[in-house]
Amino acid sequence: MSGVLLEARNLSKDFPAGRKRFVHAVAGVSLQIREGETLGIVGESGCGKSTLGRIMIGLIEPSSGDVLFRGKAFAEMNGNERQACRRELQMVFQDPYASLNPRMTVRDLIAEPLETWKICSGREETTRRVLELMQAVGVPGEFLHRYPHQFSGGQRQRIGIARAIAIDPALIVCDEPTSALDVSVQNQILNLLRELQRKQHLSYLFISHDISVVRHISDRVAVMFLGKICETGPTEELFRHPRHPYTRFLLEAVPQPDPRRRTQAALLLGDPPSAIQPPSGCPFRTRCPYATDRCAGEEPRLQKTGGTETACHMTYEST
Amino acid sequence: MEQNILEIRHLCTSLFTEKGELKAVNDVSLSVAAGKIVGIVGESGCGKSMLARTVMGLIPSPGKLVSGEILLAGRDLARLSRREYCAIRGKELSMIFQDPMTGLNPVMTVGKQVKEAIRQHSAVSTAEAERRTIKIFESVGIPDPEKRLRDYPHQLSGGLRQRVLIAMAMVCQPRLLIADEPTTALDVTVAAQILRLMRELCEKGTSILLISHNLGVIAQICDDVYVMYAGSIVEHADPITLFENGLHPYTRGLLNAVAALHRNDEVLETIQGVVPNLLHLPAGCSFSMRCAQCRPDCADHFPEMRRVAPGHEVRCHLVSGEEEA
Repeated sequence: MSGVLLEARNLSKDFPAGRKRFVHAVAGVSLQIREGETLGIVGESGCGKSTLGRIMIGLIEPSSGDVLFRGKAFAEMNGNERQACRRELQMVFQDPYASLNPRMTVRDLIAEPLETWKICSGREETTRRVLELMQAVGVPGEFLHRYPHQFSGGQRQRIGIARAIAIDPALIVCDEPTSALDVSVQNQILNLLRELQRKQHLSYLFISHDISVVRHISDRVAVMFLGKICETGPTEELFRHPRHPYTRFLLEAVPQPDPRRRTQAALLLGDPPSAIQPPSGCPFRTRCPYATDRCAGEEPRLQKTGGTETACHMTYEST
Repeated sequence: MEQNILEIRHLCTSLFTEKGELKAVNDVSLSVAAGKIVGIVGESGCGKSMLARTVMGLIPSPGKLVSGEILLAGRDLARLSRREYCAIRGKELSMIFQDPMTGLNPVMTVGKQVKEAIRQHSAVSTAEAERRTIKIFESVGIPDPEKRLRDYPHQLSGGLRQRVLIAMAMVCQPRLLIADEPTTALDVTVAAQILRLMRELCEKGTSILLISHNLGVIAQICDDVYVMYAGSIVEHADPITLFENGLHPYTRGLLNAVAALHRNDEVLETIQGVVPNLLHLPAGCSFSMRCAQCRPDCADHFPEMRRVAPGHEVRCHLVSGEEEA
């Protein structure tokens, strides 16, 4: 088994929400990403998945807890180590319209990380490397001097990916990289990400609200609800035998592209609870049809139950 | 014979830009039968939202309705004056939009906004308007309606905001509700609730024209589906026929792309190339440059819509029509 590349230990992040209140965006998350593997994070909006992704590559400081890169905590690194670590951790953003500077050409956009890290010597070598990267992500080289607005969403996302892989990172955090794209283009980007992973031995932390996308790309999946992981495990096991009630409702709610299988299943009622005043005990209990007094009083911890780990009192009893 | 609430015939809407005429809606004909949910599916830029706005009489500048008829219960909306349109919009014809935040006024309570919609179309007292607002809030599943109507939009969750917009659209009991991507901005568990609500509205007698890019949503709630590509309808069928026996290469491409993801194939099927520039459409089939089965003559003639079976029509040179009896 390959080694652990990036690890979160009991991460929490609170954002001030005025009047001495706080949004508990991430509340005690621990997870590991091994080399060459894809960990998918799935959850609804406001569950803290994007905040978690940003903490994991050091864009946001956690309120408590540690992130460890190859076994060493961010907090313990000196300036040089921290700098070297940044190079290994890159990010691809959701909105390919907002994440590229509209006043820079494709050449300058992709050359920017190469120049920052002084990877190529001289302008010509840089341009040569930019062309190689464009080829790797499937953007024709003749578009070298075009601006972002001259490209479609899918091609812009390819440019964003070229920027991320330019400096040969170990891990890329992909935050909803296909959410802004049409389905046929979404598949092209997913294929590209997989191909790059094989060629360059990349690890991904893949964040998405789209369950079928996460299922396709991930080796392991963590389901988040209100800042906490409620279930995690190997992808196929988690999707075939979901144990946590929230995971089950989430999978059930995905509209299936099959008119013969129209969902009649019970729907999850209500809306996600507030992250400012989360419920006591289990965060899901206010929407959970199986909640008991115990769920309000005692917070469930992630425990191994069958093939996955779940944080639910009910699942411990049933196994 | 079932009656059609909405019948669109040869509708063309163009945007007259500096670079020339952009045919956003190009010779679209479709019908919505009473008490049915009819879906329009297509990718971004295919003209589906422009079609909805044309029916609502809300074409953004520099767009213009060029030709065609929009018959709402037999009356041609394309010939209405602005004032006549205002009398119909909200009363007989309503629309809900994708983003539930921008559809609401942030500095007005949601109750007041719904009451405004009621009093626009019927002369009732404030007390009666409030009573109707509470009733409609209950019917769209807003808990605690007396209290909620005093809330401002920012105090509500995305799902509740979308319910308020649906309430506002439904309050005058319109014949037709146009829903433009009503669940796209919502979380999956909340989206499922909204889809079920739309099904219930339909069972109570409102016809719905549902616009979506999500084939899952279309498969789950539509009675009839139109596939739109580059401004034109390329295929029309009931959902089971479409999903199991879709004939247009674009329909098949879309379905395969989604099915591959749900089957979890190793390499996902895609549609090669990009949507053509609507300013420079080819003379022939607009899908020809992306079509794997394209024949030389496909690029020369724009294909006609051919009937292959009752209720199933396809716009493709490769598909031969039903034999004329």
